[in-house]
Amino acid sequence: MSPRGWDVPADLEKDPATIPDPATTDVPQQLRESIEAHMANYPDRRSAALPALAAAQRLHGWCSPEAIEQVACVMSLTPAYLESVASFYDMLETSPVGRHSVYVCTNISCSLRGGDDLYESFVAAAGEDLDFNVRAFECLGACDIAPMASVDGVYVGPLTTDDVRQVLDDVKAGRDVLPDKQLARRLVADPHANAEEYPLHPPEGAR
Amino acid sequence: MASAAPPVLLFKDIDEPGLATREVYERRGGYESMRKALAMTPEQVLEQLEGSGLRGRGGAGFSMGKKVSFLPKGAMDKYLVCNADESEPGTFKDRELMQKTPHMLIEGIVIASYAAGANRSFIYIRGEYVLQADALDAALAEAREAGYVGEDILGSGHSLSLVVHRGAGAYICGEETGLLDSLEGKRGNPRLKPPFPANQGLYQGPTLINNVETLSTVPTIIAMGGAEYAKLGVETSTGTKLVSVSGHVRRPGNYEIELGIPSREIIYGLAGGPEVGRKVKCWFPGGSSSPVLKEEDLDIPYDFNSLAGAGSMLGSGAIIVVDDSTPILDVAMKTAKFYRHESCGKCTPCREGTNWTVTMLERIDTGEATPMDLEIMASVQEHIIGNCLCVLGDAMAMPIGSMIAKFRDEFEAHIEAARAKRTLGSDSALEAQGALEEPPGLLLASDGSGDQAPGAHDGAPGTHRGGA
Repeated sequence: MSPRGWDVPADLEKDPATIPDPATTDVPQQLRESIEAHMANYPDRRSAALPALAAAQRLHGWCSPEAIEQVACVMSLTPAYLESVASFYDMLETSPVGRHSVYVCTNISCSLRGGDDLYESFVAAAGEDLDFNVRAFECLGACDIAPMASVDGVYVGPLTTDDVRQVLDDVKAGRDVLPDKQLARRLVADPHANAEEYPLHPPEGAR
Repeated sequence: MASAAPPVLLFKDIDEPGLATREVYERRGGYESMRKALAMTPEQVLEQLEGSGLRGRGGAGFSMGKKVSFLPKGAMDKYLVCNADESEPGTFKDRELMQKTPHMLIEGIVIASYAAGANRSFIYIRGEYVLQADALDAALAEAREAGYVGEDILGSGHSLSLVVHRGAGAYICGEETGLLDSLEGKRGNPRLKPPFPANQGLYQGPTLINNVETLSTVPTIIAMGGAEYAKLGVETSTGTKLVSVSGHVRRPGNYEIELGIPSREIIYGLAGGPEVGRKVKCWFPGGSSSPVLKEEDLDIPYDFNSLAGAGSMLGSGAIIVVDDSTPILDVAMKTAKFYRHESCGKCTPCREGTNWTVTMLERIDTGEATPMDLEIMASVQEHIIGNCLCVLGDAMAMPIGSMIAKFRDEFEAHIEAARAKRTLGSDSALEAQGALEEPPGLLLASDGSGDQAPGAHDGAPGTHRGGA
């Protein structure tokens, strides 16, 4: 595979990039407004780096050199600085990826309940489909529905390898992903938490 | 210690429809504590917090009231940062609170900021928690509209801004100084302490950092009174605690318990224990960073001091149960790989130690290890602990060290079995010799490999340091 994105070796003949010139840098209006709104939230504009990069990634699909340049222009930071930030965080992509993210938790609690097999199944099922960005992720904080995955930010579980095809098909078709297995609908496990007038515990099927 | 009717404070009717809205939250008495607190002086509020004995629910278990009191007095900008990065493997309690009762957290933040004199606050929530961050944003908009967050809250003279800041996926940002750097828009590298955040934290200003559960408990403390709250639990661990139970249990999930109940009651009574026919092999009492305990430790009371006394820690309150179907090497490998991935790389002992631990564990599996490797690995752990800016390295060293100490026989058997397999080349050859049995813990050290003299690993810890 030829090098992509930031893997392209740096050209040491060139001077380091400076803060992009607003006069010559084209930034989509919506992105500019979003970044400026974030900067206004903080005493120091630099604090908006993460939300700004996330916004640029939503627009461009990944933190591409172009995306970084646009953020750098609005925030008056150097592209190198933002690249160093982007490369630190797992959710910021520094090479092109599929537009639909499938983060499969393979940390300890999920792995004890089959998370590794689940990940393998997702990789096999997504195959060469460039629409998907299937990743083995560290603990996503949903060990109660282990093994689980975060599909475009929606937590679903417990999943079996039989669910994998359905999840990918739901995403492709733009449907709600496995509604019955979404974390959003799950009740707390503690049997003492809710009074009797609230849904009975523990919910059948959520076990 | 009432086991019949456990007190439910944070999880009371948590699944009530609409609880995430201000309307339902206030109908249930929400924001009453804030009104009560704002009518008191900040010193009186602080007194209640100190009197409650509340200890931080994020991991370190430091007294919340004391932490508030560390902030210097004066008219400068002071910050309150809510740590909602919840990345400790096995922990998912804050998620439930933020998603279902976000106003409780906001109310707690307003009260705590009043006691601390903070005028700017932030909730740093991990980027993966989309649903929860959206719930907080919606609740915050409602709270602002009602005048509970903003200038001169309810005419009290106390002003507070609040921003929900979404992270982007990095375990280290749950470490308080890494979090501060990340919130400042940098890579989330931990800082050298001192200076402590109370003096020089966010933007070099005095900063109070508390966990979601800690802050969410504050309204309850103000409502019942610190002294009344302190009657719950045990002397050094007051109140209730949310416990996330996961792994090999039949009913994984979040439970609110009174601190000090036997751990067995949580793992078996509430979470249902392992599947029938399986036994608890080991359990992490406070997230994957806590040293593992074994089945015989199940009767230890679940509170800060009792678990510390048993050589482990309560940590974030995340119990991960591993049953006897899982080889300890798998558990160690998962744990070590996680910390290797998440080490920020700033301090050498952590960066190299986590990497070498993974490499050495892999050697065990491929049959290249000798029992001496266990000594070296244990010594690597010793060299990490206390030698880095933050405790990420320690967070691997402590559980790995405990696994080596407590499951030494199984590690040795695994080493021998893998060596035998490597030497003989194939499973079938090995089976012919009767050496391959499940679980690997049953393997005898005498099988297969002739070049490892028994007792070669008996040197005192540290003997092989020069070679490491």
